[in-house]
Amino acid sequence: MTTTPTRSPQGAEGLRRSRRSGVGSGLFAGLSVGSGALILVVLAAVAAFLLIQAWPALTSAPATLHESIAWFPDKTSLVSFVGPLVFGTLLAAAIALVIATPIAVGIALFISHYAPRRFAAGLGYLIDLLAAIPSVVYGLWGVRVLVGQNGIGQPIQQVLHDVLGFIPLFAGTPARPARSLFIAGMVLAVMILPIITAVAREVFLQTPRLHEEASLALGATRWEMIRMAVLPFGRSGVVSAAMLGLGRALGETMAVLMILSPGFTYSWHILEAGKQQTIAANIAAQFPEANPLGVNTLIATGLALFVITLAVNMLARWIVSRRAEFSGAN
Amino acid sequence: MATATAAPAFQVHRIETRRRVTNHVMTGLVVLAFLLAMTPLVSVTWSVIAEGYKQLSPYFLTHSMRGVFGGSESGGIYHAMLGTVLITLAATVISVPIGLFTAIYLVEYGRGPLARAVTFFVDVMTGIPSIVAGLFAYALFAVILGPGATFGLIGGIALSVLMTPVVVRSSEEMLRLVPNELREAALALGVPKWLTVVKVVLRTAVAGLTTGVMIAIARVIGETAPLLLTAGFSDSINSDLFHGRMMTLPVFIYSSWHKGYVPCNAGDVACNPNINFERAWAAALTLIVIVMLLNLVARLVARFFAPKTGTH
Repeated sequence: MTTTPTRSPQGAEGLRRSRRSGVGSGLFAGLSVGSGALILVVLAAVAAFLLIQAWPALTSAPATLHESIAWFPDKTSLVSFVGPLVFGTLLAAAIALVIATPIAVGIALFISHYAPRRFAAGLGYLIDLLAAIPSVVYGLWGVRVLVGQNGIGQPIQQVLHDVLGFIPLFAGTPARPARSLFIAGMVLAVMILPIITAVAREVFLQTPRLHEEASLALGATRWEMIRMAVLPFGRSGVVSAAMLGLGRALGETMAVLMILSPGFTYSWHILEAGKQQTIAANIAAQFPEANPLGVNTLIATGLALFVITLAVNMLARWIVSRRAEFSGAN
Repeated sequence: MATATAAPAFQVHRIETRRRVTNHVMTGLVVLAFLLAMTPLVSVTWSVIAEGYKQLSPYFLTHSMRGVFGGSESGGIYHAMLGTVLITLAATVISVPIGLFTAIYLVEYGRGPLARAVTFFVDVMTGIPSIVAGLFAYALFAVILGPGATFGLIGGIALSVLMTPVVVRSSEEMLRLVPNELREAALALGVPKWLTVVKVVLRTAVAGLTTGVMIAIARVIGETAPLLLTAGFSDSINSDLFHGRMMTLPVFIYSSWHKGYVPCNAGDVACNPNINFERAWAAALTLIVIVMLLNLVARLVARFFAPKTGTH
């Protein structure tokens, strides 16, 4: 919907004249434009200030970093220090995405095409409630329900290991207690479900009604109608929804911090403890105790996280902006 | 829904078994997906209530943790609640004007490449990880005041980075709902554009704007990571946003949980080994109640104070 649908020339002229008249108008317009521009400035400032504060770490020799930072490993450059963290971050987000996307698509279909119209909005609201729960509470919950002594994480891990242990991903000894990247990824999956569901639902609802009715009229079952009319139409929407979810999962801190037992390796064994760590959780874990150069190093890793999430989000937004007026913020 | 009810009437031929079974299986899977998503919601709610009620009491809500040590059951979250309110207030005061004016710009003034860029980057900004927002606020003040600055306002600025894009998007949506006829009527009467916006557009949309702001507050009030880096930990009441560390509810939950079990001497009845966990859960219950209340009130405002937009 545009704000100015076919105004008459006179209306446009009147508008222009009224804008010219009065200091109030100029000031108000200036404030509006200024705020809009400020958004762009803030985004640039985030990058700039992170870079300024990361600079001492970026320019220090590996030996200096090792000498002055307790947790910085010996004979490692900053890049090879960040490497495993980036790997862990991507792996955790990928696990979350693989679990969450099919479920979110199912929920979106349920709300858009299966549930009775009257309840659809309410059910959507229930899913949105998942997004309202603070991440630190998800952390507490994950530790209690999945990791703790009677947690269901251990049996799940054991079953996965027994059945799919021949795949390298599920090899290795399942962690006891289940402080593994897989369990952290499961909690992340719950946290990104609402955003993926919201975007996918919105796209599915935009399927042309005529396509749906045409396929039903040809004798398609409801699932066939969805497979042939709704899913092809919504494919790129689902892709960008998943990428928005990916962006969220990459930056989630608390759940990973509280659940995962950290390690700094390039290990694919997601059921084992002490193998991987994510950038965000590492920053939160080390920051309060870090010395100045340590803080600079952590900010450098944060810069890497910022660049990754920015790239993922821009790609997702670019795909979604070709389709629809929708964003995760509404 | 017309599609579902109309189908049987036209089904002259029986659907082949395989197709019918597939249809049923997929229906089952779709419903299962929804139920699967409900399990964590129910489980989280149950956990928070079952664990949180143990310590939650008026005493717990009105006392700080100053001077509380060991397994003592005294102490509470007053200081954390105060910090959360102040820091969220600071974030709101910063982001609402910026977000509202940006939305006004996008809806009422925005044309051309700048408007397109702002729309795009507001969306991108919603994806900034919260911990990066915290690092940004820390870095900003480290450059201005030197490293190690820790006080409440830095946390407020970190939260405002997260909050502003949410305010922009929801306000933008609400302003776009205001019918053009209202604007045109005001302009036709010779009202200047800015007064039209203030007196007509904003006034019509005020319920929706309030809802949007409250939901934005609900979204940032539970942020932990940025406050961990910027406002720090404290056991004492601090009502000064500009000086000293300030505890907040989410950080209190994390730090209590992080302290873990308390070693108790055998026979010491005043010592509760689980006290830190119980405090964390009670604070989590408080936080969730606050968040849900904000959401609920926001929806009620939207429902009862919404203007009649007429038929389009």
